[in-house]
Amino acid sequence: MFAGFDFDVIERSLPYLFREGMVFTVTLTALAMTGGIVFGTGLAMMRLATGVSLAPLVWLAGAYVNLMRALPLVLVIFWFYFLVPWIGGWLIGARQTIQVGAFWSAVITFTMFEAAYYCEIMRAGIQSVSRGQQSAGYALGLNYWRTMGHVVLPQAFRNMLPVLLTQTVILFQDTSLVYVISATDFLGAAAKVANRDHRLVEMYLFAALVYLVVSYVASRTVGRLQARLAVIR
Amino acid sequence: MSPYNRSVTQAPALLQVEGLRHAYGELEVLRGLSFALPRGAIGCLLGPSGCGKTTALRCIAGFEPVRAGRILLGDTVVSAPGLSLPPEKRRIGMVFQDFALFPHLTVAANIAFGLHAAPPSERGERLRELAALVGLAPALQRYPHEISGGQQQRVALARALAPRPELLLLDEPFSNLDIDLRERLSLEVREIINASGATAILVTHDQHEAFAMADEIGIMHDGRIQQWDSPYNLYHRPVNRFVADFVGQGAFLPAKVLNSRRVEIELGVLEGEIPDACQLGCDVCGRGCTADILLRPDDVVHDDAAPTQAEVVHKAFRGAEILYTLRLGSGRKVLALVPSHHNHALGERIGIRLDVDHVVAFAPENR
Repeated sequence: MFAGFDFDVIERSLPYLFREGMVFTVTLTALAMTGGIVFGTGLAMMRLATGVSLAPLVWLAGAYVNLMRALPLVLVIFWFYFLVPWIGGWLIGARQTIQVGAFWSAVITFTMFEAAYYCEIMRAGIQSVSRGQQSAGYALGLNYWRTMGHVVLPQAFRNMLPVLLTQTVILFQDTSLVYVISATDFLGAAAKVANRDHRLVEMYLFAALVYLVVSYVASRTVGRLQARLAVIR
Repeated sequence: MSPYNRSVTQAPALLQVEGLRHAYGELEVLRGLSFALPRGAIGCLLGPSGCGKTTALRCIAGFEPVRAGRILLGDTVVSAPGLSLPPEKRRIGMVFQDFALFPHLTVAANIAFGLHAAPPSERGERLRELAALVGLAPALQRYPHEISGGQQQRVALARALAPRPELLLLDEPFSNLDIDLRERLSLEVREIINASGATAILVTHDQHEAFAMADEIGIMHDGRIQQWDSPYNLYHRPVNRFVADFVGQGAFLPAKVLNSRRVEIELGVLEGEIPDACQLGCDVCGRGCTADILLRPDDVVHDDAAPTQAEVVHKAFRGAEILYTLRLGSGRKVLALVPSHHNHALGERIGIRLDVDHVVAFAPENR
């Protein structure tokens, strides 16, 4: 069945696929994960805020999360690609739009989009830490921010680590959607080679295999981590 | 205030709670709670579940706002309606019911946690000091889930004491431990608190724990202190029926008041102060009012030579003693604590006499 296949094209394009494509994909995943978790944790803290004076924050964060989760990712990527230069220009008061580029546009988009999902994970994580832990922090003389930073968030993060990583594996796969803004991620690089050399089946099969291997290894790691954390808790 | 409801110690108060009120929505939990705790003393709020004692502790810690009244720590008002100094500014230490140790930190980091403001050298010194005080030096590098319940309890105590709080609050600190450990630890914890020179207030529903730990105990019921007194007085001089019922065991027998110093019950005439006797005095009034007399199990003494006999209807073996429930001629029951070598069968009639040091009398209840 593979008689007519040219596996040589894969070998020839490996440096391009990985040095260009995979580096883009991994960098984008890493930056969006970091930014998404930081922003998402902030959103989670806003959503969990109590007291009448903080009610607008709760509402704002809730509206943002629900909006992001209601939109298809492709649409968000597309919109942000055109909107970010405008908003950026407006923010710094420039007369014309600012130049962002596909890569940074993608980083900003994925950070904003994934933050909504990381927010819900961190919200569950914060709620998984008993109220007594927070009280214990206050009773030991720590204010809200120090209690959050030293007591609640480290535990929330640890409890939710497997879920956060699972979400990151999804993010890793979703980065392939940057094709709509013609950025060259791993899949994009494979597609370019496939079209140039008319080797669509080989290249897409190979790309699928790489995504499978990376995701599978990551999932197994998450599974092992989960087993280890279950003992500690 | 009744003459029995007096403060035991006269030292200046570190903690003053004045007319405290608190409600969860419509449900009023504290209804004018008042007491004062002198510096260096260990106090206890003792009461059945739902009496508001944990809420009182949370108000003192600053976790709950107050609706009326105020709380003073030293000379500072820390809680009043519309005013609440946040917990982290109150210089309190708290030991939680579930200990609330930080599971992601080692024992050493847990204990040193409240010392974040101190320079590192001082922090290390204080940590060693506390580890020695609570006997945890070998376990410092372990994590909370790797040590026993008793050790966790001591970590919680050391962590709370580390920043040298003015007031230590303990919320049912032994309820998570088994009974053997509870008894031993409560004495140990008392020594540790005394050695650290801290003032402490404890909340519990277990009177044995309260008696083992506290110098002064407030019996709480209906969101108020019923009696604030020493353990001895609570047991022997309860000011009302609730306290008499809640603290220790015993039975009430109806009595005829002969005069302001003498009452007659089925087992004989007792002499002593009768607090609720009518103002006129029985000799003048002559109508002969009635009262209920509290008999503790240690007031009823088993004596084979005694002329009065009672039937054994129930017995509870307690090791050194047996607690007998005895039926008197009238059918009323009393309790008697008897050395356990006096082993009598159910249904047997045994001789009893009274050895009442002072009479505890209340106005008769409608029966």
